[in-house]
Amino acid sequence: MPIPGNHPQEYTTFNHETETARLWELLATVVDPEIPVLSIEDLGIVRSVTLNSKEGQEWEGKVIITPTYSGCPAMDAISMDIRLKLAEHGYGKITLQSVLSPAWTTGWMSEAGKEKLKLYGIAPPGAAEQICDKNLFETAAAVQCPRCGSYQTSMVSRFGSTACKAFYTCGECLEPFDYFKCH
Amino acid sequence: MLSQIPLTVDENLPGETGSGMTENNTDYILHLADTNLLLAQRNAAWCGHGPVLEQDIAITNISLDLLGQARNFYQYAARLFNEAAILPTHETTGITGASPKDVFTEDTLAYHRTEREFKNLLITELPRGDWAQTVLRQFFCSAYSYLLYQQLQQSNDVTLAAIAEKSIKEVTYHLQWSSEWVIRLGDGTEESRNRLANAFDYLWPYTGEFFIPASYEAGNTSVVNLALIETAWAQKVSQVLEEATIWAPAAKPTYMHRGGKEGVHTEHLGFVLAEMQYLQKTYPGAQW
Repeated sequence: MPIPGNHPQEYTTFNHETETARLWELLATVVDPEIPVLSIEDLGIVRSVTLNSKEGQEWEGKVIITPTYSGCPAMDAISMDIRLKLAEHGYGKITLQSVLSPAWTTGWMSEAGKEKLKLYGIAPPGAAEQICDKNLFETAAAVQCPRCGSYQTSMVSRFGSTACKAFYTCGECLEPFDYFKCH
Repeated sequence: MLSQIPLTVDENLPGETGSGMTENNTDYILHLADTNLLLAQRNAAWCGHGPVLEQDIAITNISLDLLGQARNFYQYAARLFNEAAILPTHETTGITGASPKDVFTEDTLAYHRTEREFKNLLITELPRGDWAQTVLRQFFCSAYSYLLYQQLQQSNDVTLAAIAEKSIKEVTYHLQWSSEWVIRLGDGTEESRNRLANAFDYLWPYTGEFFIPASYEAGNTSVVNLALIETAWAQKVSQVLEEATIWAPAAKPTYMHRGGKEGVHTEHLGFVLAEMQYLQKTYPGAQW
């Protein structure tokens, strides 16, 4: 039986592993519109990709994503980009679901993503237990300047250009920079 | 092609609804949604008017988080209304000729309800005032939301629990930021201290409403224990206010305003709703 949508494959040649891998590859090409060096896979936004198929029935697929911040305006754009990307490649019938729990954390960001952030000029988040402090007037320790590598940095503001960033300045090279804050 | 693809993720929340659709439950969800929406709207009034650029950005980022939390609550309420297949009236939605199915959305709930239907806490509808009033209100509200979400995470309503789990991470940051500002102003110059003192006198009588259960809160199993929150809130607030060198709240018992949760509001709500809802009421269903 033909697979729904525009997908050219037939059921007999449907391979779970290849299809799932292909979906992950496609999703890895969707980027955060506000930090275009990061893909949604780097950010840890894509929680799962599942495909179910039974002979004689249409197969079903579901992509589950989770928002970074409740009010992040990029999330609507990302959802639309995912739908477009899937539709473009014949996966138009796949369901896209967004779940809130477990809540997204910067701990899910990939190491490759952190490297890309640094090269882009944004200090990446450290491990949660090291720098997610809750004490008043304390700021994240050991935020490294993405330009010169110095740790002589200080926070200018708890809030930066987007919900996910704080604003820092480097005491060594004197350049200001964004810090992708621990969340 | 674009028009065929929904722009927002409608199945935004976990599938099960736990305690499900009861009038108490939807009233409670709307109370949480309205409270966050109004505070978001009031804080957003600082956009382009902040005392310094960094704090302009901070308060509007907080506004954005609160708006996101409000959207999650509205989406959940809309889903419950739609599932219950209540046939909405034109008066409720403001949309003529709408299909009865899936007619409730986050937007219809935010933009097409009237003053008496809003269940937000009174404190959130007050004008932004000066910077001291803004940061003190944010502190009172963040301290309250933090404790509320802490309990709501354990709710038997899995969707409310998920929204609380998501929101508390953001609220923790708001609480930290606003606590620091309260201390900075209170323990600052004579001018900043006076302003914070005035803000305290104005806002304090609106904090009692946090802990007075509304009709829909009593007996609702998904709802939190307000008495426990009250004790912890008083403790947190005293600690920060003492550090800010202004009065311990316990020393100032006073008359407390109430009514917002039940739809009885101050004169300020009508004006802010008129501004906020104008576009959707004039062009129902308009989209960017």
